[in-house]
Amino acid sequence: MLIKKPADIRPSEITSESNYLDRRQFIGAGSIAGASLLAGPALGAIVPEGDRAQLPDVRKSPFSTSEKPNSYEDITTYNNYYEFGTGKGDPFRNAQDFEARPWSVTVDGHAAKTGTFDFDDFIKPFDLEERIYRMRCVEAWSMVIPWVGISLADVVRHHQPTSKAKYVAFETLHDPKRMPGQRRRVLDWPYREGLTIAEATNPLTILAVGVYGEAMPNQNGAPIRLVVPWKYGFKGIKGIVRISFTEKRPQVSWNISAPHEYGFYANVNPEVDHPRWSQASERRIGSGLFAARIPTQMFNGYGDQVAHLYDGLDLRKNY
Amino acid sequence: MNTLQRVRFVGKPIVFLLCLVPALLVVGDALNLTGQLSANPVEDILDRFGNWGLRFIMVALAVTPLRRITGWNWLARFRRMLGLFAFFYVLMHFLVWLLLDRALAVDPAFQWSIVWEDLTERPFITIGFAALLLLTAMALTSTNGMRRRMRKNWDRLHYGVYVVGVLGVWHYWWQVKQDILEPLIYAVILAVLLGLRLYWKYRRAPSN
Repeated sequence: MLIKKPADIRPSEITSESNYLDRRQFIGAGSIAGASLLAGPALGAIVPEGDRAQLPDVRKSPFSTSEKPNSYEDITTYNNYYEFGTGKGDPFRNAQDFEARPWSVTVDGHAAKTGTFDFDDFIKPFDLEERIYRMRCVEAWSMVIPWVGISLADVVRHHQPTSKAKYVAFETLHDPKRMPGQRRRVLDWPYREGLTIAEATNPLTILAVGVYGEAMPNQNGAPIRLVVPWKYGFKGIKGIVRISFTEKRPQVSWNISAPHEYGFYANVNPEVDHPRWSQASERRIGSGLFAARIPTQMFNGYGDQVAHLYDGLDLRKNY
Repeated sequence: MNTLQRVRFVGKPIVFLLCLVPALLVVGDALNLTGQLSANPVEDILDRFGNWGLRFIMVALAVTPLRRITGWNWLARFRRMLGLFAFFYVLMHFLVWLLLDRALAVDPAFQWSIVWEDLTERPFITIGFAALLLLTAMALTSTNGMRRRMRKNWDRLHYGVYVVGVLGVWHYWWQVKQDILEPLIYAVILAVLLGLRLYWKYRRAPSN
C-alpha cells in the first residue's frame, strides 16, 4: 500500500467537525444509491478539495470511544512536538515544509526479523484501523482523536522478538536541518521512548499513520507515531525512525530530562500529581471558554484493558 | 503648552490607550474579530494576561533608570499609570485562572478546597498569589491622598515592586515545563533593572 505525503493544508480545507460527524450518514446515503463506499467523488464532497491523501481500506475498531472527536483543526494546530518548537502552536507553524518521504524505519535488537525498511514496506503487512481514542496530555488537557493506525502487537509479532526482548524502544528522527526545534538542546535529542513488551503488545497500542482517515499531518508526527491511550501524551513518540527490542529498560527522553517529574511508565493517574500541578482533572480541548474541567480517569478510562499489566506495582513510585 | 501640560493632556491619554491594547486584543480574539484564540482558549487568555502583567512590571521598573539616563524627568509622571496597568493585567490573569481555568464561574461542582490546595501546595502558585497581594496593596494606596497620609511607610510599601518583579519571574520560571528561554529573558531584564539601581546606590560609597 502506498501512502502519499499530505500536502500543505489551508485553513479553508479543514474538515469541520460537523462534516466529519455527518460522514457516515453521507456514505450511507451514497451506498444506498449504489455508489462504492470509497468512490472518490463522494468522499471528495465530504473532505474539502485538496491533495490530502485518503487512507484506503480503514476498518472500524471496537476499541474506539463513542465520545465526540475534536475537530481536525484542534488536533492539527494545538499539540506538543518539541522537534518543531516548544509552543503548542509551533508544530503547526514550523512543520509545514517538513518532507516525511522518503522515510525508513530500522528494526533492531533481539528479534529474528531486523533491518531497515522503507516506510511503505514497513506497514504493508498490516491492516489499517480507525481508533478513536482519548488523549490525555501530562499538562492536564485532553482531546479525542480519530487515529488511523496499525496494531503494534501485530508489528511486534511480525518481527519475531526473541525471549530476550523485554522492552520495545523507539527513536525519533534526529535531523536539526529538517527539525528546527532540535537546534536548541531543550531535550537530549533524539527523542526516545519505550514500553514493556506487554505494553507494546496490548491490543490498545498502535502505531498511528493517520488522523481523520487521512495520512498523518507533519505536525502530528508524520509519517508514523506511537499512540498509547492510557499513558500521558508524551509517550506517543512521533516521526519514528527506529524500533529496538531490548533486554534492559530503555532510557526515555522526559525521564532523562526531569526524572522526579516524569517516570518510565507515565500512566494517566488522577491520584498521583505532577510535582508542580494536579492531575485530578483536565480541560477538554474544544469545550470552549466557559466549560468546567472534567475529572481525569485512572488509566485515562482504559483500566479494563490495561490495569492487569500493573498488578502489584506501586503506581505512586512507578509514575 | 508646557511639558507638564503635554504629559497630562497628550501623553497620558495616548499611553493609557496603548496600555489597553493587549486587553482589547484578547477580547477581539475571543470574539473572532482581531484574530482567534488557540484551541485551548482559557490557557491562551491566561498566558497572555500573565505575560502582559510581567511586561508591565518590567516597564514600570524601567521608568526610573530611563529617567536617570536620559534626564527626561517627565517620565516619572507615567510611573503610577504603568504600575496600575501591571496590577490590572496580573489581576486579570488571576481572575481568568480562578473563574475560567479553575472554573468558579462555570462549574456547578466547583470546590474552594481545590483552589486552596493550589494556593498552598503548589509553590509557583503561592508565590504568584503573594505577588498579586503585594500589588493590590500598592494599587489601593496609589492615590496622592494615601501617599501623603502614609508618609515614609508609603515608600517602604512601594519598594515592594522589586519583590513583585522577582516573584513574578520566579512564578513564570517555575511554571514552564521545560523550555526556560522566555522566563530567562525576563530574569535578565529584571537583573539589569535592579542591578542599575544597586550600581547607582553604591557607586559613590567610599571604597575604604
